[in-house]
Amino acid sequence: MTADKKLEKLKNAKKIGESRSPMQDAMREFRRSKIAVGGMIVVVFVAILAIFAPVFSPYGFEVQNLRNNRAKPMEGYDITETYAEEKCHWYETPLEWGCTVFIAGSDALGRDLFSRIVYGTRVSLAVALAAASVSLMIGLIYGTVSGYAGGNVDNLMMRLVDFLYAIPLLPIIILMTVYFNAVSRQGSESPLMIWLIGLDKAAGGLLFVFIAIGALNWLGMARLARGQVLSYKEKEFVEAARALGAENGHIIFKHLIPNVLGPLLIAESMAIPGYIFLEAVLSFIGLGVTPPTPSWGAMINEGYSGLRSNPHLVLFPGFALSTLTLAFNFMGDGLRDAFDTRLRGRN
Amino acid sequence: MTKYIIRRLLMAIPVIFLMILATFVLVQAMPGGPFDAVGQKSMPEHIRILLERRYGLDKPLYEQFFRYLGNLLQGDLGPLFRQPSSSVNDIVAQTFPVSIQLGLMSVMVGFILGIPLGIIAALNHNTILDYVTTFLAVISVSVPTLVLGPILIYTFGVKLDLLPIAFWGADPPFTLGFLPPLTSTFFRHAAMPVFSIGTGMAAGIARLTRAGLLDVLSADYVRTARAKGLQERVVIVTHALKNSLIPVVTILGPLLAGAVTGSFITEQIFALNGMGRRFVNSIGQREYFLQTSLVLVYGLLLISGNLLVDVLYAWLDPRIRYD
Amino acid sequence: MTTTPLIRVENLTKHFPITRGIIVQKEVGAVQAVDDISFEIIQGETLGLVGESGCGKSTTGRTLLQLHKPTSGKVFYKDIELSTASNAVMREMRRNIQIIFQDPYASLNPRMTVGSIVAEPLEIHNIGTAAERQERVKELLELVSLNPHFINRYPHEFSGGQRQRIGVARALALQPDFIVCDEPISALDVSIQAQVVNLLEELQEEFGLTYLFIAHDLSMVRHISDRVAVMYLGKIVELAARDELYENPLHPYTQALLSAVPIPDPVLERKRKRVILEGDVPSPANPPSGCRFHTRCPIAEAVCKEEHPEWREAVEGHWVACHLAK
Repeated sequence: MTADKKLEKLKNAKKIGESRSPMQDAMREFRRSKIAVGGMIVVVFVAILAIFAPVFSPYGFEVQNLRNNRAKPMEGYDITETYAEEKCHWYETPLEWGCTVFIAGSDALGRDLFSRIVYGTRVSLAVALAAASVSLMIGLIYGTVSGYAGGNVDNLMMRLVDFLYAIPLLPIIILMTVYFNAVSRQGSESPLMIWLIGLDKAAGGLLFVFIAIGALNWLGMARLARGQVLSYKEKEFVEAARALGAENGHIIFKHLIPNVLGPLLIAESMAIPGYIFLEAVLSFIGLGVTPPTPSWGAMINEGYSGLRSNPHLVLFPGFALSTLTLAFNFMGDGLRDAFDTRLRGRN
Repeated sequence: MTKYIIRRLLMAIPVIFLMILATFVLVQAMPGGPFDAVGQKSMPEHIRILLERRYGLDKPLYEQFFRYLGNLLQGDLGPLFRQPSSSVNDIVAQTFPVSIQLGLMSVMVGFILGIPLGIIAALNHNTILDYVTTFLAVISVSVPTLVLGPILIYTFGVKLDLLPIAFWGADPPFTLGFLPPLTSTFFRHAAMPVFSIGTGMAAGIARLTRAGLLDVLSADYVRTARAKGLQERVVIVTHALKNSLIPVVTILGPLLAGAVTGSFITEQIFALNGMGRRFVNSIGQREYFLQTSLVLVYGLLLISGNLLVDVLYAWLDPRIRYD
Repeated sequence: MTTTPLIRVENLTKHFPITRGIIVQKEVGAVQAVDDISFEIIQGETLGLVGESGCGKSTTGRTLLQLHKPTSGKVFYKDIELSTASNAVMREMRRNIQIIFQDPYASLNPRMTVGSIVAEPLEIHNIGTAAERQERVKELLELVSLNPHFINRYPHEFSGGQRQRIGVARALALQPDFIVCDEPISALDVSIQAQVVNLLEELQEEFGLTYLFIAHDLSMVRHISDRVAVMYLGKIVELAARDELYENPLHPYTQALLSAVPIPDPVLERKRKRVILEGDVPSPANPPSGCRFHTRCPIAEAVCKEEHPEWREAVEGHWVACHLAK
């Protein structure tokens, strides 16, 4: 195609039928912010690490080598050839040097810290994703129902949210987690508990962390969703749909949710760092993942007592945790700025 | 206003009641009891029954609950099973001032650092100063207490050997129950725990102050103030600042809740004898009264904190009327 | 023109409750937005409805369409009573009665393309296949003088006048015979207003539409209406054929409104006597006793304060609610 023809085609495409949705506008705005795009790249990179963790780590997260415990970063590995062949993912690859060196040192049980940090991405991202989906779903449904129903239903539903806001949820959630762990250790006859225990096993012992974090955070989402629904349901386009004979389901799914979802998704993306922190906190006090599954919070807890002599056991997982939340923060800020048309053009 | 505060306090009563009820039922529902074992061995049956009877644990749950409520009204938070010589009241008396001092000082640090930084960033909008401040703020928000605490300990405690790495520098009794002694030992001990919570808060506050002030600075009434020839300093201090702080006040509620979360971790990391550490350490035990009472104390703190925020809010924003 | 009424409104009343309470809300009062009004709209005519903002004219339009449930009173379309119709019947009825809104920005969902906005009525009533709907949408866009190629564009890419045309196309999709035009031109530039009004007139001629045209601007109502009703604080105070009303206004409120319209003739304009109304419109939550207008009426007497004026036919076809009008 010649340059002229190309130009011609571009012109025609622009003239008629081509259009940019509000979404496309926002994405263009987002791409203009280098820092936000940088955050997104890091998040995507971490997601790749999580999915292909066995490829990116020399050893499995549970492989112990007690003779080499508490090794310093980049310290040599005292092992035999057969051991490496048996256990090392990188054996006979260009990265083979990683089999004989502890890149980030080793912990008290001689497990390769680098590998555990790489596997730790799985827990953090799973929590981020699951907690965000849980709180988004509950908040969206609850807030939409409350706002759309209005009147006494709305009033009662919002009083419940106010009540939950007024009580210290974290200590109560901690007690609930303790209760659940105790029951699941002891075994139970109730079908609900058996089902929950099974689900928890499937989620790598993280089920209750998901529930806890989701339960702590749906309140804000519900309030946001309700506020949005209240403002949109009085808009004339909703009235127009009612005048056309649309039923409640049509109005909710076609008109309200598409408009409410955007702000909620942005709020979620800004809340994700909080979810990741909370998982780390719960794991730190011993209520998160079941060992030997590596969670950065649990790793900080394990390494903490030896901070004086082996700071890397705390600092490396801490660094990983901070990097991921930093990336999410940059990305979330960028998304908010891109979608908040009020802010556009100011920076 | 007084009427509003009284009404809020009355509305808090059912909230507190339900909260205590839920917690009490939850801790009692945990498998096992407080007297199942002595050390590694299991407790002889007849002694266990005797002990349970002594604390009224053999009674039906509702009876235990109402007895606990009755005792609460008389200011008795209940017994401790592990240390029969002291009670939950003693524990709270020891740990509550420490947590309060830690929390209040952190919030203070948050405001003292955060507001000026936010103002500087907003007044130098889109300059290097703004970018650096904003960038630092995002970084501080991203480094949780869990990570910042160990980093501070390693740097200032271990490497530089400047500050003590554990324990609170003062013990009860305190002046007025919570005012700490203004000694250098106290501040040296408090520095790292307070900063490990406070910097994150400062960063959040700085970001909000900046956004709020930028919003206000582009408002018409500020433009009018400038147009009529007021000095820039007067414009900012009398017209812009108070209004820009309104959104900052709204964060106080979440901030206080965050101070609770932060104290769970910070007290653990710095081995402070506060409520958070006491609570976390009790989770493996069946200390029914300690756990319920600590949740109650946290609840009271949260409720009074939220009330304080609302009162402040009404003071800052005269459009809000509570009648 | 036939004289069969297409729409009949009898003693229509709409009160919005004012509630208070923390958990269960109690009703502590009501905003009497529309209070006991009756009128008819004849097939093929345009009835203008004018009044100040807040007088209840939009509420009248929406209650008529059952977008608000009336507090009491009846609305008939032909012989079908809408106010008590079942949901299924009402859904069918909505194909006949439609509405065009004031704000062309708020009345179009920003997340939907023009095509899906105009196709929405067809989808709701399950009319045609996707391809047929697409064809119909293009026809409708052409009908309101919009380029059918715009079908995939979003509302924010259009001007106010174009957006209002999209709203008109949506209202026409189900081929209604009655349309409530709720201040369709108030939010538009003066230069665009005439275009939209002309479009509405052309469509009326082509499809034999009947309009309830709500406005606060007397001159535009005069241009488009066959008959005009004047509202004040939830009540219709006067209703007459257009020329009769403008030349021979009986109610002092109508007289005051008309005296405020400038006359495009400098000689007459200089002689124009303006009736200036004192005070503000009272709150519809607590309307004055007797005639609602007595607090501001330049000729009010004692009787006005005590008794509701009767809604009577002063001259043939000229209705008024005033104790003192002849």
